[in-house]
Amino acid sequence: MDLENTFKTGRWCKAIEVKDFVTLNITPYTGDHKFLEGPTARTSKLWDICKDALKEERQNNGLRDVDVNIVSGLTAFEAGYIDKESEVIVGLQTDKLLKRAMKPYGGYNVVKKALSEHGLKPNPVVHESFSKYTKTHNDGVFDAYTDEIRKFRSLGFLTGLPDNYARGRIIGDYRRVALYGINRLIEGKKEDLEKITGPMTDATIRLREEVSEQLRALSDMIEMGKIYGLDLSRPAQNGQEAVQWTYMAYLAAVKEQDGAAMSLGSVSSFLDIFIEKDIQDGKITETDAQEYIDQFVMKLRMVRHLRMEAYDQIFAGDPTWVTESIGGLLIDGRSKVTKTSFRFLNTLYNLGPSPEPNITILWSKNLPKGFKDYCAKVSIETSSIQYENDDLMRTSSNCDDYGIACCVSMQELGKHIQFFGARTNLAKTLLLAINSGRCENTGTQMVDGIPFIEEEYLDYAKVIDNFKIAMKEVARVYNEAMNIIHYMHDKYYYEKAQMALIDTNPKINIAYGIAGLSIVADSLSAIKHAKVKPIRDENGLTVDFQIEGDFPKYGNDDDRVDHIARDVVEHFNLELEKLPVYKNAMPTMSVLTITSNVVYGKKTGATPDGRAKGVAFAPGANPMHGRDTHGVIASLNSVAKIDYKDSKDGISNTLSVVPKSLGSTPEMRIENLVRTLDGYFGCNAQHLNVNVLDRDTLLHAMEHPEDHPQLTIRVSGYAVNFVRLTREQQQEVLTRSFHETM
Amino acid sequence: MSPTENKLIVHSIESFGTHDGPGIRLVVFLQGCNLQCKYCQNADTIALKGGTSTEIESLVKRAINMKTYFGDDGGVTVSGGEPMLQSKALIPFFEGLKKEGIHTNIDTNGLIRTAEAKHLISELADLVMFDVKATTEEGFKTITGAKGLDRLLENIQLREQSKKPYWLRYVLVPGYTDSEESLRWLIETFSENNHLEKFEILPYHKLGIYKWESLGMDYQFKEVEENTPEQIERAFEMLKPHFKDVIVK
Repeated sequence: MDLENTFKTGRWCKAIEVKDFVTLNITPYTGDHKFLEGPTARTSKLWDICKDALKEERQNNGLRDVDVNIVSGLTAFEAGYIDKESEVIVGLQTDKLLKRAMKPYGGYNVVKKALSEHGLKPNPVVHESFSKYTKTHNDGVFDAYTDEIRKFRSLGFLTGLPDNYARGRIIGDYRRVALYGINRLIEGKKEDLEKITGPMTDATIRLREEVSEQLRALSDMIEMGKIYGLDLSRPAQNGQEAVQWTYMAYLAAVKEQDGAAMSLGSVSSFLDIFIEKDIQDGKITETDAQEYIDQFVMKLRMVRHLRMEAYDQIFAGDPTWVTESIGGLLIDGRSKVTKTSFRFLNTLYNLGPSPEPNITILWSKNLPKGFKDYCAKVSIETSSIQYENDDLMRTSSNCDDYGIACCVSMQELGKHIQFFGARTNLAKTLLLAINSGRCENTGTQMVDGIPFIEEEYLDYAKVIDNFKIAMKEVARVYNEAMNIIHYMHDKYYYEKAQMALIDTNPKINIAYGIAGLSIVADSLSAIKHAKVKPIRDENGLTVDFQIEGDFPKYGNDDDRVDHIARDVVEHFNLELEKLPVYKNAMPTMSVLTITSNVVYGKKTGATPDGRAKGVAFAPGANPMHGRDTHGVIASLNSVAKIDYKDSKDGISNTLSVVPKSLGSTPEMRIENLVRTLDGYFGCNAQHLNVNVLDRDTLLHAMEHPEDHPQLTIRVSGYAVNFVRLTREQQQEVLTRSFHETM
Repeated sequence: MSPTENKLIVHSIESFGTHDGPGIRLVVFLQGCNLQCKYCQNADTIALKGGTSTEIESLVKRAINMKTYFGDDGGVTVSGGEPMLQSKALIPFFEGLKKEGIHTNIDTNGLIRTAEAKHLISELADLVMFDVKATTEEGFKTITGAKGLDRLLENIQLREQSKKPYWLRYVLVPGYTDSEESLRWLIETFSENNHLEKFEILPYHKLGIYKWESLGMDYQFKEVEENTPEQIERAFEMLKPHFKDVIVK
């Protein structure tokens, strides 16, 4: 089929513009979920094999198999199948299901460590190559790091930086392969390369090299397709091929890269155009359509990277962040919900609950009711999906074709990338302000120019003045680290396959982050509204705080403290915005922790809010566990006051409620959850994870993990299999507020 | 502390009330009760002392912040304790909410007959939920420690005459309020009422015992078993044909 004679034509025929194709050809669906079909026998057969493999993986300490001989790449492995006859969508990262591969360009030491934790070693040739001849991203970063950066890193002010693993967060526009075929994409990139001419500045030379790398990746992608007998050089011809081609493009990315988050973008309604055409032409049935999506999603669930144990502290549960964004509106006001949006959600029934792909609903108050209700039903029954505010993001960036990178970060597809930057520990930064710029644990001088606080009780104005000095200096060091990291990542582990599916000179934002916001807000509130006396050791370092009187706590819809949280976010973001960034990327910030709230807490001494040394922070922008005492909405409203303009990379919030608190009947629960989402996003909030679970279910799963292999819980911008968390992380999840109605 | 005209004595606030009236509600639990029901779930709200004196203005602001969540039928419920003990201060509170277009609801035992309480019942509240504790004066006294069924019936009648909607809530206590006779009395007394919109059967449960124990108080209904599903079903089937909308919570 010639796509231009099949679909409505427009700009997409002349230029690489998938969005234009979607806008012209989408068929919005306004009905309910009753049309959906169950899994086919083939799908069920495949999923049974996967379930066994997953069980084997769990029993084998999280690693079913790994190849120690081959460095991963687009064409490195032979074809792999789950069960060839049953597969309508093919392709695995390696030649075997759940077999992981070495991707040492991010950092060879990490690969060695990950293997040695399982009693394995890389093949001697690989070892020789990466220890003698081939430099990695990690090597480059540590060549350039200053002593100061190392100090901030090792003492826990900056944690989880992508300096020894791949940065991820870049979303290739995987749809391009299906719509255009790779030959057409090669043509486009060649034209771009011709136009990148002198004067030969650093930036120009670098870009010419990058586009050449992309061209190489595109040729490799064609070869990769051939391994599976697919001709990716041409566009997809039908629904099945559209799914297959898109998956192949994504597969190229996860064969080459092992970034922390390898997100998918927003493919469902694009694929729907091809599928809908086939259905209209009577070529396929609903069952076929669901089978494509079930099998595609199954493959996405099987994506794996080789990780070392230490990685689990910041990103627990072996996540891959195959984030797929579903829903939202077009700028012209039409809904982007299609039948394939429903089909994606339906995989959570056909294959059971799962953390991956990280299904993200782009929520608008104007989404069709049938879809809203179905999302709420899926949340209540699976706790597997998250929500982001489409009305807020679409209007503030005037963009209706975007995906979410990782957890909360908006990215225009094919036009925009980001540089991931983990986060800084803001609670520890506050302690610098009270400890004359020294680390509260070691006494190491981190920041100069902060006077010692001699008074018996902390004075709010003085603490704020000192805190501002500390924030400015921490921002400076953080920015320096980030510039080095991304310079080196481009140099040694450039994402050529993904960047080949993105415009040649995309917009870039650098994604800073903060952790410990609720601790900072409550601490400052205590200092302001109660009396706080620091207890100091013989060196004058704080070891504890005595609080006299009560104080307002973040999470209760109380402006006296919520505005402190809002202002701190605004201030730190302003400090970051002042600093120069590699490749002139636009500075943005997130309030997001993933699961690093536990390790951050461990590295942080007692804080003025009464939190003891070592206690975990609340995740993301969440209020501290148990301090939000006025119920769900008061808690949500506190978070909603953080202004998106100050935190454009996202503001993560996780809500856990027990089923009964949503209402007494299933219908009421759906209705109340929809209203809660409408209400929260109506306050311009950005993100919400929704868990609907009884604490007892989690307790049971801790003791009997074998009974709950698919129990999924949203943590901070992603979801995990609860049974794959460490005991400590499980405990932390249990201490979080589970809202129950009185 | 005593209530004044611009303050309410609040026990606690639940911003996600999904069980006390229609939709999502801000539930303000007020401190202090004129009764002492043997099975009270919120025993810590009974004492007339304690609670937090709270500016009405701040409560109205809290409700305004929740407007986006209310949808078509959500709003504010005052519960307790017995909210009508603070009926004087409830008037400016409800007037403030009304000005903001926020739906108001009172969850009351219906015994208070002050001029302000009558005004709330006959005029101001968008919805009133009356707890019917028992169907005879003796039964009423056994459960609540005082007589008062007559006053409750007068207040329900006042609401009915004002032609405004109200709900009845009835705790089904095995051996105390679940007899056929009791249920028949409910039907005879209320089934002709035109503005009774909903009849809620509340199964008896002991979830509040821990509060009694933590207060050092004696929970006298320890030996009363929770309802069997059959008991609930029987009551539901009996009441259902006689009221617009009967639900089991």
